[in-house]
Amino acid sequence: MLYIRPVGVVDETLLNEVREDLGVSLRIRVKVLPPMPIPEGSFEGSRNQYHSTKILREMVREIPADAAKLLGLIDKDLCIPILTFVFGEAQLGGPASIVSLARLRQEFHGLPPDRGILYERLYKECLHELGHNYGLVHCSDRDCAMYLSNTVVDVDRKKAAYCRSCGVTLRGAIGPRKE
Amino acid sequence: MEPKVNILVVDDEEIVRDSLAGWLEEDGYHVETAENGPKAIERLPDKSWNLAMVDLKMPGMDGIELMDEIRKRYPDTIVIIMTAYATVDTAVKAMKQGAYDYIVKPFNPEDLSLTIRKIIEHQNLVRENLYLRKELKKQYRLHDLISKNHQMLEIFELARTVARSGSTVLIQGESGTGKELLSRAIHMESPRRDSPFLSVSCAALTETLLESELFGHEKGAFTGADTVRTGKIELAGDGTLFLDEIGDIGLKLQMDLLRVIEQREFRRVGGSELIPIRSRIIAATNRDLQKAIAEGRFREDLYYRLNVISIHIPPLRERKEDIPLLVDHFLDTFNIEMGKSIEGVSKSAICLLMDFDWPGNARELRNVIERAMVVTKGKVIVETDLLLPSRNENEGAGGKSLEDMEREHIRRILLENQWNIIRSARMLGIDRVTLYNKIKKYRMKREKPEH
Repeated sequence: MLYIRPVGVVDETLLNEVREDLGVSLRIRVKVLPPMPIPEGSFEGSRNQYHSTKILREMVREIPADAAKLLGLIDKDLCIPILTFVFGEAQLGGPASIVSLARLRQEFHGLPPDRGILYERLYKECLHELGHNYGLVHCSDRDCAMYLSNTVVDVDRKKAAYCRSCGVTLRGAIGPRKE
Repeated sequence: MEPKVNILVVDDEEIVRDSLAGWLEEDGYHVETAENGPKAIERLPDKSWNLAMVDLKMPGMDGIELMDEIRKRYPDTIVIIMTAYATVDTAVKAMKQGAYDYIVKPFNPEDLSLTIRKIIEHQNLVRENLYLRKELKKQYRLHDLISKNHQMLEIFELARTVARSGSTVLIQGESGTGKELLSRAIHMESPRRDSPFLSVSCAALTETLLESELFGHEKGAFTGADTVRTGKIELAGDGTLFLDEIGDIGLKLQMDLLRVIEQREFRRVGGSELIPIRSRIIAATNRDLQKAIAEGRFREDLYYRLNVISIHIPPLRERKEDIPLLVDHFLDTFNIEMGKSIEGVSKSAICLLMDFDWPGNARELRNVIERAMVVTKGKVIVETDLLLPSRNENEGAGGKSLEDMEREHIRRILLENQWNIIRSARMLGIDRVTLYNKIKKYRMKREKPEH
């Protein structure tokens, strides 16, 4: 089972759309958990951002026993100490990952809001971080969801799917679907 | 598969080490971490580190001291200094002491990705360059040239001595005897080995093109000279310029070349600036230059300028003892190239090879062996695998001169290959330039194949 955990307030419609689409493309059962509060110690006052590694640590404390993976979604800007920001963070080959909606919004870049674009970016980044959870590293195929995106332009350019090679590896890592 | 890229992260803050390592691992790099300078030094011998990302301020040994140690012990490892407190002074100091880059925490993810990708690409290019240079040296060193003929051994000895000097060398010998191979070996044996070896085939170009190829030209020097072009003489720098088929150049260019060799400087075509020459010139020809001088086709003064050191490579038919050695060498080469494991050549096949006169010399022998290795069905090359022209054409030659035979043979091979010059030259065991010369000499024209 793949669990989605909202961290703080996250638009419920978006959560349900991600749940449905991940279930179809990864061929895995997906469930949305009740939201957890944003961990207090994760706020970096000097940067006005949230430390994603600290949030991941908190998420893992309350991981359901039957969880294959746990995907967190947060509507705050994330960072790690060495980078000015991250779209998300994953434990490579580990159980948890988190994706931020903040920089995926058009309005973050001074443009009018666009829900369609926001959802597409969010879904691509969810595929990306979950790929890391299943052991995939960045892919050199610019179209692949595992291509490293440092800007929203990179996110928009890639497809909402894995390339053939990453797809095969991922399928092997997920294993056959259990009903 | 690309070799694994190893990155060592050195920072006294655990959170920095972990998050940087985690981020780099997502990019497929192998990352290890150390919390201080001495621990990092302990890790250095463990792996071939492509990159060390070192924090500037650490208790005890600081980042600059650690970088000095890394550069002293492992100069190929690139060091990036990281800091949260950037000052111009420390940045200048770090760069002066050999840091590849100086970056301020937190980094923009795009900049960091780009920096690391550039480092890896640079290292791959350096590694490839070193490998190719090593391979070239292996291929062309004098001790790799093969012979047990006393005349050839004397030539190798002379070449070894000549390599240390800067004198001009004239190599004479029939086509396929290895004139260019010997010049490359002289270059590789000389102190010029790390500079370029440039080869110019004088017979392949018209006089105007050859002039521009050798001397280069200024923009607007002639119609079509849209840009400045640097000539081979200039490009050779401190290396070696090999002028092949020198006997084929026209009298005007002979005079220009003579002046250049005498004065050790030249002008680009259409230029006024005098450019000094630092390269060594090795010239080669398969023509009888003495005869050409007597007939007024080659300048005597240029001949003496070129002929400071003279090397005459004997044809293969005069050193048949080398045939088995060369056959073994070609077998080894093609076994590797073709991924085969041919064990040798039968006694009767060797006898056949020894009986042949090899007008195309070692190059022709090489081609015959290459073909035999392609067609052979067993582990040993036998007589029937060898395609030697003499086996098919000796009969019925009565009354014809050698030139007639040569013309007829070339015509037949060209027809067989639909006038594909590369394939025909390879089959004839001569180079393309020689084939073009022979086509010109015999005034041959393309004709339709007979049916």
